[in-house]
Amino acid sequence: MQFGIFSVSDVTRDPVAGRTPDDTERVRAMLTIAKHADEAGLDVFATGEHHNPPFVASSPTTMLGYLAGVTKNITLSTATTLITTNDPVRLAEEYAMLQVISGGRMDLMMGRGNTGPVYPWFGQDIRQGIPLAIENYALLRRLWTEDVVDWEGRFRTPLQGFTSTPRPLDGVPPFVWHGSIRSPEIAEQAAYYGDGFLHNNIFWPMSHTKQMVRFYRQRYEHHGHGRADQAIVGLGGQVFVRPRSQDAWDEFRPYFDVAPVYGHGPSMEDFTRDTPLTVGSPQQVIDRYGAFVEEVGYYQRQLFLVDHAGLPLKTVLEQIDLLAGEIVPALREIVEAKRPDDVPANPPTHAERVAAARAAGQAGVTHVGEAVDPYTGTVAEEAAEEAAL
Amino acid sequence: MNPTNPTNPTTHPTTHEARTVVVVTAGLSQPSQTRLLADRLAAATARELERDGHGVQIEVVELREHAHAIMDAMLTGFAGGNLARAIDELTRADGVIAVTPLFTTTYSGLFKSFVDILDKDALTNMPVLLAATGGTPRHSLALDYSVRPLFTYLRADVVPTAVFAATDDWAKDGGTGHDTDRDASPLPDRIDRAARALADRVAARRNDGPADPFATTPSFLDLLDG
Repeated sequence: MQFGIFSVSDVTRDPVAGRTPDDTERVRAMLTIAKHADEAGLDVFATGEHHNPPFVASSPTTMLGYLAGVTKNITLSTATTLITTNDPVRLAEEYAMLQVISGGRMDLMMGRGNTGPVYPWFGQDIRQGIPLAIENYALLRRLWTEDVVDWEGRFRTPLQGFTSTPRPLDGVPPFVWHGSIRSPEIAEQAAYYGDGFLHNNIFWPMSHTKQMVRFYRQRYEHHGHGRADQAIVGLGGQVFVRPRSQDAWDEFRPYFDVAPVYGHGPSMEDFTRDTPLTVGSPQQVIDRYGAFVEEVGYYQRQLFLVDHAGLPLKTVLEQIDLLAGEIVPALREIVEAKRPDDVPANPPTHAERVAAARAAGQAGVTHVGEAVDPYTGTVAEEAAEEAAL
Repeated sequence: MNPTNPTNPTTHPTTHEARTVVVVTAGLSQPSQTRLLADRLAAATARELERDGHGVQIEVVELREHAHAIMDAMLTGFAGGNLARAIDELTRADGVIAVTPLFTTTYSGLFKSFVDILDKDALTNMPVLLAATGGTPRHSLALDYSVRPLFTYLRADVVPTAVFAATDDWAKDGGTGHDTDRDASPLPDRIDRAARALADRVAARRNDGPADPFATTPSFLDLLDG
């Protein structure tokens, strides 16, 4: 199982210190957090994508591209990439570029976004959320797997003879997850393509998560990608940890009480009971999250939200140290012991996907530089040489 | 009349399995006039159903006990614990008696908040008896201009008689003829009429529970065809 962190990139007032970071400070804090997670040995850093304050993560591939250059091992991902309001042509280009730059050390997660007003800012309509997610993703896949695409659909201008560049690394597109909290249609989409499905259950009771994951698993098997228990599943999570449980409760409560989404609502006692939010000692987190495989079956990725609600950067880095140092090694041991041998331990890496594609005789070309211009009869290299003369 | 047609509302099912009626009451004080009216309506409905040979199970949801949980559900998007169980019972009921005090011309905020956190399909085709309490008879029509449209919007099957009880109604004679106010039929008569109408609908209904969102999800090829 991979363990990592995901950020929604909220700019929130620190209710204890009484100060609010500006956008620049928050973006730089996210970079520091991601680098620290890499150094500490976590497996995944994923950034959200938002186009409205108080969120700053509007340009995920810029951020992840930089991180690809300054991190060593961590898988860079998204949580989520807006498949509804982004042009699939731009997504194909940007994420293929990120894949090439990172040497395949990335994947991405599709999501619809939940903020109605964002849709018209990008020329779309939230009432078409599901059809947009379906059509845009179908096009995105074709742009990655077919060198030349003719295409016509409901939501964007037609394409004739279009080639998205750079072509995916080694001719194999990035691994894709689909994130959805409430919509079975998205679980069905993930299952149809044999992609991963992540249920971000941080604000939801486990009973609901179980239903969604079970449905995705059943449909994954139905669509012929393997057994239900071999489907690629991820979960969200949320923790605040200190070596002593009471310290964690005392320190986190002022943040919890006014936090975006659940602040001013349920008590921390109720919310920690009803959702995966766990506040306490490392052992309490290990006990709670180690039991999730009993609910949803062995799964391949566990992401934690640790940098929200105005928590200071120093605190977030300490949370990462506690996760990577104490919690993740213990959790890994617990869940690995429960994994059937023929269930994948992790989501597929780029190397594994390339090997699988080669074995199936499917790996495409790595570039299209030999394409001949139909009007001049020259290839790009010749034109460049002429221009240089 | 075709006795084998289970959708014919005038035909009682041949097997008289127990019917569940959930009473939602939004009174704030304890004891409350609203709860008193709710209990009277529930008892009358149970009597009518039993007369027709049906077993009856009455479940009461006192919204006051869920007040904090209802607000939490509004803020977080999901209902937890006892509130989730109450909503589940309501959604699976064969009939509902909904009683609210009237505050500043309409249902109480607590009552509306509870309705607001229900799934939009939770009450579709649900037989519902509406009732309200208020300080003076002048508010009686609020049930019809304010509460009824809410349930119409939710596609509930609302019985024609809605029961309003003002403070005065509890002091009247129940129709023995000593009362000089002849503007409305006495409260017990209205309760009986409404209960009879609800019982007929409950008896004719078969609630298969909420639709399974997973069972109704189209296959991906249908989604692609959009």
